[in-house]
Amino acid sequence: MQKSLKSGLLATAVVALAAGLAVPSLARDLTVVSWGGSYQDAQRKIYFEPYLAKSGKPLLDEAWDGGIGVLQAKVKAGAPNWDVVQVEAEELALGCADGLFEKIDWDKLDKDRFMPSAVSECGVGTIVWSTAIAYDGDKMEEGPASWADFWNIEKFPGKRSLRKGPKYTLEFALMADGVSTDEVYDVLASDDGVERAFKKLDELKPNIVWWESGAQPLQFLASGEVAMASAYNGRITGINRSEGRNLKVVWPGSIYAVDSWVILKDAENKEAGADFIAFASQPEHQAKLPEYVAYGLPVKEAAAMVPPELAKDLPTDPANLPEAISLDTDFWIDNTEALTQRFNAWLAQ
Amino acid sequence: MSGSPTRTGRSLLLLAPLFAFLVAFFVWPLFSMVSQSVSDTAVLRLLPHSADVLAAWDRLSPPSPAMQAALMEDLRAVDDAQALGDMVRRLNSAQSGFRTLMSKTTTALADTDDPPADLVSIDKRWQKPEFWLAIANALSPLTDRNLLAAVDLGRDAQGAIEHLPPDESVNRVILVRTFWISALVTLACICIGYPYAMIAASLGGWKRDLMLAAVLLPLWTSLLVRTAAWFILLQEQGLINDLLQWLRLTDGPVPLIFNRTGVIIAMTHVLLPFMVLPIYSTLITIPGNLMPAAASLGAHPFRAFLRVLLPLSLRGVASGSLLVFISAIGYYITPALIGGPGDQMISSIIAFYAIGSANWGMAGALGVVLLVATLLLYSVYARLSAEEPGRS
Repeated sequence: MQKSLKSGLLATAVVALAAGLAVPSLARDLTVVSWGGSYQDAQRKIYFEPYLAKSGKPLLDEAWDGGIGVLQAKVKAGAPNWDVVQVEAEELALGCADGLFEKIDWDKLDKDRFMPSAVSECGVGTIVWSTAIAYDGDKMEEGPASWADFWNIEKFPGKRSLRKGPKYTLEFALMADGVSTDEVYDVLASDDGVERAFKKLDELKPNIVWWESGAQPLQFLASGEVAMASAYNGRITGINRSEGRNLKVVWPGSIYAVDSWVILKDAENKEAGADFIAFASQPEHQAKLPEYVAYGLPVKEAAAMVPPELAKDLPTDPANLPEAISLDTDFWIDNTEALTQRFNAWLAQ
Repeated sequence: MSGSPTRTGRSLLLLAPLFAFLVAFFVWPLFSMVSQSVSDTAVLRLLPHSADVLAAWDRLSPPSPAMQAALMEDLRAVDDAQALGDMVRRLNSAQSGFRTLMSKTTTALADTDDPPADLVSIDKRWQKPEFWLAIANALSPLTDRNLLAAVDLGRDAQGAIEHLPPDESVNRVILVRTFWISALVTLACICIGYPYAMIAASLGGWKRDLMLAAVLLPLWTSLLVRTAAWFILLQEQGLINDLLQWLRLTDGPVPLIFNRTGVIIAMTHVLLPFMVLPIYSTLITIPGNLMPAAASLGAHPFRAFLRVLLPLSLRGVASGSLLVFISAIGYYITPALIGGPGDQMISSIIAFYAIGSANWGMAGALGVVLLVATLLLYSVYARLSAEEPGRS
């Protein structure tokens, strides 16, 4: 009896010890987190692998689906297991205000090399991407040219697909209702403007198929489920190149935003992380991106190095910029919660 | 039966890992979820002076100079950016606009060369009572705000409980929908799962193994893959619609996707193993000579099934139903990919609050509502199965 008690104690002690050891006491490798898919494959080729070759230190890359809650949970728990994360403009603003990110040392990076919207206290811009109307040029000879056309079911029959959520959807509805691009956020800032946007959405509601992940709208277009959809421009060009399709991007009325690299607060490898961000911001590395994915480059020198046949597909190309608008981050960090609630109530009606 | 102290001690020791596991992965998360939904200290912690001054405010008139001075004093004393972030998130959730207002205000207050005279000179919004009301309402350490909002209720300016306006009320509809979809899926699983389990239990050898493998195999496949497969099968130009049209059963494609039908089909398929396996395990324990015995006494096969087999296997049906139902109310990916806008379930709302806006209070409150509803159903089940005849 006594012996088995001892062995029981011993077993418990061994289990406890093993559990203690399982928590890694070794230094964690630099961990960079991006958005997965073919975009991250491209980043691996042009940033991660060359950085590994240069620094000689291992670099892990992981994928995530966004959400400020994820970052907050990691930082609040202490010792986050990610170092560098690519975030959207809203997450950058929220996380920076809430102290979830390290401050960027801009002396090492030289602000003047970047376009102004890519420079912020906690983040370094890495791509400019756009949400625009996409349609299949093989199925529709004369396609839509504006959001008003997107709403026009008589002229362009077929279902439509939009991202489920108020962000982008309300802006698009206002543009379809005739609000000019430079007034969209002024109108949306008033209660009447929000009312107007939902009223316009009512018109199209029976014909909308909602999407939640970025691959869905392209799949809907490919299968003929919908006639046109809002989609991320990089994915539209990507599927044209990889599958030889003829999807068209409608630039007028598109909304562009900047994604940035951030370093999580108190991350173990923050120095290496800053080093990596500097590496990924060098024009000769960044300029290779459009060859794989059609996102605009915030480093001016890199943007100038892109050959013209690739540059015409980028949101930053001068031909694509007129009538495109920049996402108003301030509006959305103030109103996301209230408008999401309202959007869900509208959806459930 | 009664063990010596050493023996009890040893048993307890052996159970210790289990208890540690239960506390760490079950009791503690549940407790923290419940406490998150009612605790409301984010604002009170940082604004002690304002709390004193605001107690005397009539909640209607524009802010007095004393209120503004107290808030400025409190904000200047804050040195923890994350605590400030928690406070701003809490306030912005009650009153949209606090995010930009607060960042503008803290930036202005940090400017020591040209200190602002009062808050209204920093931003006109500080004149509006609703912003101050949001602060005043956030100053008690415990709140029922999240729990009320989870069932579409709120408090008016006087503190009485009222219904939220219809364009903000969505949770109740979605909760009812969640339970309804789960009930339909459970029913569909019984209708398919029971005969399947009966056939599997009546067979022997490789046929039984094959039938069980057919149930188990999908369990080992990722949920996302199975959902995506249903997407391909159900879409307008998908296999099922092509087949129906080829057989000339329909003229045009039948809408099977982006609606309730698709959600029920896909969820039933995904959850079927949880129904088949418990029923199968009760069926194989029933002696095989009972049905012939019933027949020899003159019972029609259907009557024999109703009076003999079904009552004996009811426990399996009940536990299968419970497993399926409880798994179904937490579903998120399948309704999102296969369903339409009218098939969104409550988990997607919880995911928005937890991941999208880091509003743990609201996420916790919705979780509590779901938990309470499930416990109520479980107690009904326990009551029913306790009253079952033949059981002491």
